[in-house]
Amino acid sequence: MRRITILKSAALGAVAALVLTACGGGSSSSSGSSASEGGFKVPNLTALDKLGTPEGEVSVLAWPGYVEDGSNDPKVDWVSDFEKESGCKVTVKTFGTSDEAVQLFRTGQYDTVSASGDATLRLIASGDVEPVNTDLISNYPDIFDSLKMQPWNSVRGVAYGIPHGRGANLLMWRTDQVKPAPDSWSAVFDQASGQKGKVTAYDSPIYIADAALYLMATKPDLGIKNPYALDAKQLAAAVELLKAQKANVGEYWSDYLKEIQAFKNGSSTVGTTWQVIANLAQAEKAPVQVVLPKEGATGWSDTWMVGAKSQHKTCAYKFIDHIVSPKTNAAVAEYFGEAPANKKACAETVDKNHCATFHADDEKYFSQVHYWTTPISACLDGRTDVECTDYAEWTKAWTEVRNS
Amino acid sequence: MGSKKALVGLLAPPLLWLVVAYLGALAAIFATAFFTTDPFTNEVVRTFTTENFQALLSPTYLRIIGRTLFIAVMVTVLCIVIAVPFAYFMARVAPRRLSHVLVAAVLVPLWASYLVKAYAWRTMVQPGGVLDSTFGRTPGYGFTAVVLTLTYLWLPYMILPVYAGFERLPESHLEASADLGAKGMHTFRRVILPALLPSIAAGTVFTFSLSLGDYIAVQIVGGTLQVLGTTVLQNITLDLPFAAALGTTSVVIMVFYLVAVGRTGALDNL
Repeated sequence: MRRITILKSAALGAVAALVLTACGGGSSSSSGSSASEGGFKVPNLTALDKLGTPEGEVSVLAWPGYVEDGSNDPKVDWVSDFEKESGCKVTVKTFGTSDEAVQLFRTGQYDTVSASGDATLRLIASGDVEPVNTDLISNYPDIFDSLKMQPWNSVRGVAYGIPHGRGANLLMWRTDQVKPAPDSWSAVFDQASGQKGKVTAYDSPIYIADAALYLMATKPDLGIKNPYALDAKQLAAAVELLKAQKANVGEYWSDYLKEIQAFKNGSSTVGTTWQVIANLAQAEKAPVQVVLPKEGATGWSDTWMVGAKSQHKTCAYKFIDHIVSPKTNAAVAEYFGEAPANKKACAETVDKNHCATFHADDEKYFSQVHYWTTPISACLDGRTDVECTDYAEWTKAWTEVRNS
Repeated sequence: MGSKKALVGLLAPPLLWLVVAYLGALAAIFATAFFTTDPFTNEVVRTFTTENFQALLSPTYLRIIGRTLFIAVMVTVLCIVIAVPFAYFMARVAPRRLSHVLVAAVLVPLWASYLVKAYAWRTMVQPGGVLDSTFGRTPGYGFTAVVLTLTYLWLPYMILPVYAGFERLPESHLEASADLGAKGMHTFRRVILPALLPSIAAGTVFTFSLSLGDYIAVQIVGGTLQVLGTTVLQNITLDLPFAAALGTTSVVIMVFYLVAVGRTGALDNL
């Protein structure tokens, strides 16, 4: 018995030593990027020079609803014609949150990703994406200028992605359960007790910005100017609000299908959502409505990025060019319920009022929508007298809220 | 001489799998728990630090671990309470034919997909679901639903070993006990239960360990409930070393549990 125990411990020790050596010996791929003075270290990568021959396949990582190939709804398909035309077979994987996107893209199995502003800078800093050569995208000149070379898709004049479209996170409610129709985020915060146990919220640290946005309107003396620029005191206030909200929350969501189901069977009656979720729920006969509340909303401005280690860059560029082409961009924008990035898409939408409804060209409207951005310690609202909390602190705060 | 070589040849592949794949994976988790992450990109930075284990000792996480242990214990106790009488009925009371049918009935749910069973319970406990419309009340998503679902999921793993234990129990022991004047309950306490302890212990190993690490059923019927598994899931994208520290905790708990169960001698007769 003793001999076997000794043998076992020896084996364990040998394996442990082996693993620790292997782990410690490998060079850390982190480029030590830390945000400072509004800039941060970016790996030295170059964009593709020119397109080569299509590689035959491209692996896409996308938000649900962005890359429909007919498998969800045979009538919704803007991928098959691209596959025939270019010879690039498309495989899609969807994700629920930007954190999932970052983690999945890091595996190196995907060639392109539709990244929101709270994922782009992290992917750039870790060297997972490379700069894009905008000359290789034939539809680039038609993209709204207000989306080009923005802080979330470019670094010091170098473009890292092609804009896809933008939209706002909305408030959705069950019309038969929540009366009167809400017009404010108070329906999920201060006035949520009427729907105790049936409130839902987005399960990601970035949701703290939604709480900060509400505080911007209800507690102006906190001095929050940008929901992503929170100093320690402001973050603590947002956490307080979220902990109070948790008492009324039934479920947090990150899987859009689960949210549709929850609203359909009434286990969730009010909460934050995307237009596409509301559309799909209504198609399944769920009595829901959405609104952009009066305090404004958080939202997203998404960017297609190219993987630095991708083996299918030509197909990736061709795919991106296809997705931002007028007809396809219009189809995606209508299906998902967002404003397209391509000016010419507005003429291609089935609903001629789509661009007006979604404020595609309305910069004043989008000044009320606070795009998902990675919080960094250099305050995004320009304050230099305090240090703002970065995403790592937001993650810890969110864990605190979830475990409260 | 030749048979020794044959023995080594036979044992080498499974031992290799055990040491490299299984123990190696556990060691990799343990090693990762001592690393940290880059605050901006969330990539793992391989510098030695004990901050993850220190963070585990905060009240929040101790509460989560305590809650998970409590769920595991509750599920185990409920499984024992349901399984022992049921297995007794199957082994001793039911006629042979019915007994076989019951064994099949216990086994068949094991073939159904885990997700299907968990979602079935979701439709049972949801507001307006089966329980609500039948009894007018439902526990809703949360602790009770999780305990109910996990008990349902792991019940076959408890019934089968206990049933086997009952089958192994010699009829002569029960007769002797009756001859010596012990009534039903007395016999149960002094003769049957001690003989069944190894089977029950074997069943508890399944129910305890499976409940300790479960996160899928918790996500489906647990609402906002936080247990060890869901906390690992939440941290695995942004803070892999901390998730590894949580994983190490469950391994350590299971080691302690198995040692405790082993000491009762319950695993000797498996």
